[in-house]
Amino acid sequence: VDFELGERSEAFRAEVREFLDEHMTPAVRERVRASGTMHDWELHKALAAKGWIAAGWPVEYGGQGRSPLEMTAMREELKKRHVPVEGLGMTMLVTHTIRRCGTEAMKADIIPRAINGEILICLGYSEPQGGSDVASARTSAARDGEHWVIDGQKVFTTMAETAQYVFLLTRTNTSVPKHKGLTMFLVPLDTPGITIDPIATLGGERTNQVFYDSVRVPDSARVGEVDGGWDVLMTALTYERSGIGDDSRMYNTAVDVARKAPDDAPYSITTSVVRERLARMATDREVAKLLGRRSCWIESTGGIPTAESSMHKLFNAESHLRWSTELLDLLGPAGLREVGDPDAPADGDIVEEFRRAVILPIWGGSSEVQRRIIAERHLQLPRSD
Amino acid sequence: MDLTPAPETTALVSALDALLAKESTPARVRVAETTGFDPALWATVTSFGIPGLALDAEIRSDELLVALAETAGTHLASVPLVETLVTASLLSGCTGEDAARLVAHIADGDIATFVLHPIRTAVAQLVPAGAIADIVLAYDGTDLTATIAPAPETMVANVASLPLADRDLNAGERLVLASGQHAAEIFATAQRRWQLLTAAQLVGIADKALQIGVEYVRGRVIFDRPVATFQTVAHRLADHVTDLDGARLLVQEAAWAADIHSPRATELATMAFCFIGEKATTIVGDCLHYHGGYGFTLEYDIQLYYRRARAYPLVWGPVAQEWQRLADELYGAVPMGAA
Repeated sequence: VDFELGERSEAFRAEVREFLDEHMTPAVRERVRASGTMHDWELHKALAAKGWIAAGWPVEYGGQGRSPLEMTAMREELKKRHVPVEGLGMTMLVTHTIRRCGTEAMKADIIPRAINGEILICLGYSEPQGGSDVASARTSAARDGEHWVIDGQKVFTTMAETAQYVFLLTRTNTSVPKHKGLTMFLVPLDTPGITIDPIATLGGERTNQVFYDSVRVPDSARVGEVDGGWDVLMTALTYERSGIGDDSRMYNTAVDVARKAPDDAPYSITTSVVRERLARMATDREVAKLLGRRSCWIESTGGIPTAESSMHKLFNAESHLRWSTELLDLLGPAGLREVGDPDAPADGDIVEEFRRAVILPIWGGSSEVQRRIIAERHLQLPRSD
Repeated sequence: MDLTPAPETTALVSALDALLAKESTPARVRVAETTGFDPALWATVTSFGIPGLALDAEIRSDELLVALAETAGTHLASVPLVETLVTASLLSGCTGEDAARLVAHIADGDIATFVLHPIRTAVAQLVPAGAIADIVLAYDGTDLTATIAPAPETMVANVASLPLADRDLNAGERLVLASGQHAAEIFATAQRRWQLLTAAQLVGIADKALQIGVEYVRGRVIFDRPVATFQTVAHRLADHVTDLDGARLLVQEAAWAADIHSPRATELATMAFCFIGEKATTIVGDCLHYHGGYGFTLEYDIQLYYRRARAYPLVWGPVAQEWQRLADELYGAVPMGAA
């Protein structure tokens, strides 16, 4: 038994840390806050220059062949510094899927540009009526000779305002069960007929609704088989299932605030209520870390963590959300002050986390979806409703 | 990173598991509830080599000890496995003829235990395994002593039928085994280890209770459908197995930290104790609840787990206060007079 990520991972972690000291400047954070876009092209290109966009990929595909444990160390460091890599994550998820399901021409076109940090790809799955029921997609793609004509509307297409492509889920057949009539396309976002409207969110992040009005794409934009879109989506889901290991940024911020607080502040580390809350939070973070690292370890042995990744996602999201609101309670009235207020504890980091954390049990497979996976696949319970 | 247990751990655990499956059935557990102890099982466990595993520093690892303790929890073994493993480890840290003599007694099957917290009076209350132990170790802030006296063989009646007893440490032969800094250090290690092994035992109890609960809700039909097909039931069980896996990983990490002499060993053991100390009652309680009225009857086994899940952490003290001790470990004690 060994709970360390290992020497190679720790050496890589140190390298990532050094890189972030130089590149993850306060200016990056300011740009992200001002735009609401969780992506920074300057930083992205710097990561590409290091070869880290696809660090975990095999060398023959342009990666560095780093192990799942090295990738865990990298993700932990990125999380610790609040680095905006959501765009990178989505892009590589799609690029991974293209590597598995795309044509040779598409692979040759997309993979090098993605790895070199030239393009971003966003996800066009969700629709206004669909929510977590992704397979209920209605956006239609109709064949027209060597082309397809796409009509419909997507929501929560985060990064559409800065990405070059959208990985689009469409309905190509309405006369079969819903999972069997779906087809995936990789659509350039500058194609005529696409309109992008921003959606403001509680967390300050920008997302979008995207309208597709007679959008014509060649058949070469198709990924996978016609009506085989669900299988392509499932391929995407197996990519880096393991998530992160240690994500203690909010906890460390809270401990720091409590240590520096005057003794008479309600959130002082000398207060027993505060001490208990922080000790409980430390324990939850440890458990979340262990559940995450277990998934990484399973990946590193060649396995696919299914229920294990669901457990990590569920525990991490639920506990993170709970602590984002409990920490705010500890701060008392001062917790109400937001980012930009010089009197805000921790520069408003905790209240910002309170705003943001509500999305965690919703996106990337809601907590209800994770519980269903755990109940059915791990506990072998029958389907419930 | 490698979560594969050592081959010796796997082999010993599967042997103990097979033994307890045969010799610690729910029927045997029920018989032992009058005394809190199953002497025939103890004889079997002793010949299996339980005390020896902890006495030999070459074989002993916390990784192995927590795996054995979890197995004992799974089967609700009515023997003082945790106290034996911890006290034997504690004694093997003492030098001198007296300690050697006690080690020989333990190797022969005599039961030894220790008082969990530093003593302030001659009578220690509710000593774990106190009803059946011939040797009781205690630490008074200066000396680690052993009291040798025949076990009272009468337990204080308690919610989980544990062999607890009040022990007068002056009644019997009393030996000083260690003093000063050395005594303080080995006693602190024993405390840490007892918390960790108890956490492991609770993981075993909660794991088995969850299996019983899952099996029950799959088979039991109500409103014309299995209980398991109600989402409120399935989803809560999914939360519970997630907490349980987390608790087991925490126990294993704490054991590993101790084995590599990590400075985090103590805080991780306390985290594990607090986390599963609270979760076990919730997990087992829900599994009892899903039995409906049958869960309230003595006939069904789930109540055996419910009472023990509640009782084991209480032998140490209130978990609610233990979070403060964890905070002291993590943030340093609050200076006197502050707050």
